[in-house]
Amino acid sequence: MKNQSIKKNLDWTCVIIYSVLVIMGWLNIYSSSLSSTEGTYEKQLIFILLTIPLIFIILAIDGKFYEKYASIIFGVALLSLVGLFLFGKTIAGQRCWYAIGSFTIQPSEFAKAATSLALAKYLSDSQINLKDVNRQIQALAIVFLPVMLILPQPDPGSALIYSVFIIVLYREGLPAWYVWTGFTTILLFVLTLVLEPQYVILIALLVIVLIHIKSRIADRNIVLSSILFVVISVFVLSVNYVFENVFKQHHRDRFNILLGKTVDLKGIGYNTNQSEIAIGSGGWIGKGFLEGTQTKGGFVPEQHTDYIFTTVGEEWGFAGSLAVIALFVGLFLRVIYLAERQKTIFSRVYGYCVAGILFTHFFVNIAMVIGIFPTIGVPLPFFSYGGSGLWGFTILLFIFLKMDANKVNEW
Amino acid sequence: MRKLLLPSLIIVAALLLVIRIFYLQVINDTFKLKSENNAIKIKYDYPERGYIYDRYGKLLVANQASYDIMVIPRELKNIDTLEFCQLLKITKEDFIKKIAKAKVYSPRLPSVFLPQLNKSEFAAFQEKIRKFEGFYFQKRSLRDYEVDFGANIFGFITQVNDKLIAKNPYYNSGDLIGKQGVEESYESVLRGIKGVKYFQKDKYNREIGSYKDGKYDTIAVQGEDINLTLDAELQKYGEQLMINKRGGIVAIEPRTGEILALVTAPSYDPSILVGRQRSTNYTLLYRDSIAKPLYDRGLLAEYPPGSPFKILTGLIGLQEGVVDEQTTFMCHHGFSYARGRFMKCHGFGPHNLHNGIYNSCNTYFANVYMRTINKYAKPAYAVDVWSKHVKSFGLGDFMGYDLPTGKRGNIPDSKTYKKIYPNGGWRSTTIVSNSIGQGEVLMTPIQLANMMATVANEGYYYTPHIIKKIKGTNIDPKFTEKHQTTIDKKFFKPMISGLFDVYNLGTARGLGVPGIDICGKTGTAENFAKINGKRVKLEDHSIFVAFAPKDNPKIAIAILVENGGYGNAIAGPIASLMIEKYLRKKITRTDLEKKILERSLRDRYAKLGGMKDANAIETSPKKDTVKSKVIETAPPVANLTIEN
Repeated sequence: MKNQSIKKNLDWTCVIIYSVLVIMGWLNIYSSSLSSTEGTYEKQLIFILLTIPLIFIILAIDGKFYEKYASIIFGVALLSLVGLFLFGKTIAGQRCWYAIGSFTIQPSEFAKAATSLALAKYLSDSQINLKDVNRQIQALAIVFLPVMLILPQPDPGSALIYSVFIIVLYREGLPAWYVWTGFTTILLFVLTLVLEPQYVILIALLVIVLIHIKSRIADRNIVLSSILFVVISVFVLSVNYVFENVFKQHHRDRFNILLGKTVDLKGIGYNTNQSEIAIGSGGWIGKGFLEGTQTKGGFVPEQHTDYIFTTVGEEWGFAGSLAVIALFVGLFLRVIYLAERQKTIFSRVYGYCVAGILFTHFFVNIAMVIGIFPTIGVPLPFFSYGGSGLWGFTILLFIFLKMDANKVNEW
Repeated sequence: MRKLLLPSLIIVAALLLVIRIFYLQVINDTFKLKSENNAIKIKYDYPERGYIYDRYGKLLVANQASYDIMVIPRELKNIDTLEFCQLLKITKEDFIKKIAKAKVYSPRLPSVFLPQLNKSEFAAFQEKIRKFEGFYFQKRSLRDYEVDFGANIFGFITQVNDKLIAKNPYYNSGDLIGKQGVEESYESVLRGIKGVKYFQKDKYNREIGSYKDGKYDTIAVQGEDINLTLDAELQKYGEQLMINKRGGIVAIEPRTGEILALVTAPSYDPSILVGRQRSTNYTLLYRDSIAKPLYDRGLLAEYPPGSPFKILTGLIGLQEGVVDEQTTFMCHHGFSYARGRFMKCHGFGPHNLHNGIYNSCNTYFANVYMRTINKYAKPAYAVDVWSKHVKSFGLGDFMGYDLPTGKRGNIPDSKTYKKIYPNGGWRSTTIVSNSIGQGEVLMTPIQLANMMATVANEGYYYTPHIIKKIKGTNIDPKFTEKHQTTIDKKFFKPMISGLFDVYNLGTARGLGVPGIDICGKTGTAENFAKINGKRVKLEDHSIFVAFAPKDNPKIAIAILVENGGYGNAIAGPIASLMIEKYLRKKITRTDLEKKILERSLRDRYAKLGGMKDANAIETSPKKDTVKSKVIETAPPVANLTIEN
């Protein structure tokens, strides 16, 4: 009886998009790893097949379970991140895996779902008002706890994803200036790297003066505007210092390549150049499945993981790339739509987190692959090779789909 | 409002990605090419070049295997350097230097360690190559010359230059191409068509399989063998006779236009332009601007032909009807043809066509020529009529033979004189030098030989050619097309009888070969050079034309020996020897042969040019260095007049 209602109430649109993306992902992994002997695509097939029992388990668990045990799940996730410092396995300089036999598990992939649950749980408590500064601090603390544990692994890519929680919190009432501050910070940072600091300060001054003049006389506050200007100036001036002294050389390189300040196609610019060549040579309809010369030649490093989109671009061309982007966007909008129609705050916030996390991965990954974002290790959901990633995203999505299917019962 | 932030962010971000991807994939089209450079390797399969045979099927040019020793530095393992160096006869320092150089190029990719080893150099190494990990060999095909003559006819093989690569899409950098000689003119026949294979490369530049399962691959087409019209024995003999002389010999079979021999001297052993010493040797040959061993004198040496041209003057006079066989002119060691103008002649007494020819009487032919020009009221018209007759012998233009070099020569017509005398006023007396092959007339040895072939044929010729047979295809039909001259057949008989008596009564007395009826004509070309700013008269060029036998001619020949003196001094004897060699395959006039073989003009060339190194010709051992080395002289030919 219960199973039947799940079947009836499950959002099949999401399930179908999910399945299509996973299958497309596997086909591209198959193509990109065909020339290597690692057996990558066989392993990924096992990972994919294992998601089927995983999904059944998630759907079978009572819908209330996640809300009830959100804190415990979050606690376990944090512990697993802490445990990395003691038992973690270091791969390519990053200590973010547990090794069990020949399989490795990356707890940060599951921590995103746990954090989402914890945040949803916190915000669903009655009487939470995010206008209250204390509440803001508490909510942000939930987000920052895992970030603090992930950053030193070091895994800046995973940490970056958590920034999307700001947008979730904004949806739930966080003051707008958090978001504006976030965007302004990013904008100023990039502008300062591209232009000279003095020009950025000049532009900031012009904008502030313009806003000041345009605003109503009652709203004018010369002190606040001046403080804003001073803060921006200090930030801009510190960007160069931070860039030169706090950032590591490889971080600087990645920005310099992106901004076109350095051209080094054989060395630090190799990844981006090769991935642009692979995608760019795809043309309108691509070279065809298994016909990508760049893919076959293994020119793009990490092609089956973070650079899997290059295979899509080369072998399926603009048409294929467009289709993949459309599928993702369709999934995100569908999840947001579902979230907005949830009856409980808990499942609405969680749904928002799901859409936000998937979207951030999607955007950062593809933007990096096509050379408009610095190189950073973020997988493409459902596409990139890796069991932890696939399961993490599957759990993330299907917990929400379970909640969504359950909403009828909640009345 | 707050609900809209995330969806709008998603849509804006997705649009941004799509625009960027659209730019990469659709707008910017440089990536396709970059991708091909990156990932596709093209390998060519070069077919073996066709062999070259002589007219009797004797093999002249074949191929030999040559071996490049290749190295992949990264794969080197436990090399016994001492043994390795001994096998390849190199020093240890050499070894270290070469490996270092290969490493600089790429540790991962193959480099040529030692190029172009021949079979014997390679044999010992081949047995042990498995011991030397990291080394392997690459077989190439090089020319293998079975004879040490005929370099000017064969040409040579060289790497194609950038200009040609740009012009002809067939060739790629590093491809080989035939240059000069038949290697050039029959390049596309000899070379075949190379096969192409496309391979997929990986990021280390290694091949990982064929591209698109060989969809675009093509199979190599073997080069065709060719037979030349050349008589190898005659060619060899010609080159021997020309040792220590400079000049050219062209022998043609009149009946077919087939070139039997094409000698230029000095020449070189064709095998010196093969293998490791190629570029050094080529530079030596190329830089020798005095002896010019790469300059085919048989085809390119353009001179006023002198007396042999009188044959045409006579024939045209007969054809135009201004003289007949009986017409006589008095000669007083020359004659005054205009006020204050006197043409010298060694003859004396009455001359008709017959003794005019065998005595080579200037007076007779000058008069015939003046009558020819004066036949018409306008000399411009007359000279055009005359010019047309001469040109019908294939003169004054490229002959259309199948060798890549040539000169037009020059046969003047009214336009020529309009240029020289823009105000007019020129008459038969102005241009009378043409009658005896001077003036504006220029001819090359092959044109002289063709003229003799035409006379032997009594009025027609076939375009001279060097190709006899191409396996599988026919030779160019233009070589089997008969060219009729404007002279009636009947006028050749008296001319031939005069040429025959050149040997009995005339300028070539004592040069005859018993039992062979030869018709010939001597010629002598004066020449001058500027030495230290002064115009100095050099020793005359010796010229001789002939054909034999008189009835049913089998060979027509022209000989030019630079600074050889009178026509009958060196060129004449060479003609006799060549004719006998060809017709009898042996020499009975051994006295003449000995004289010519021993005759060296080296001292003369040295003296004339004021050169420093006079003993360079023909002294070096075969195959090791250039056979005829540099001789420094001033350019010998500056201005020429003919007197005979």
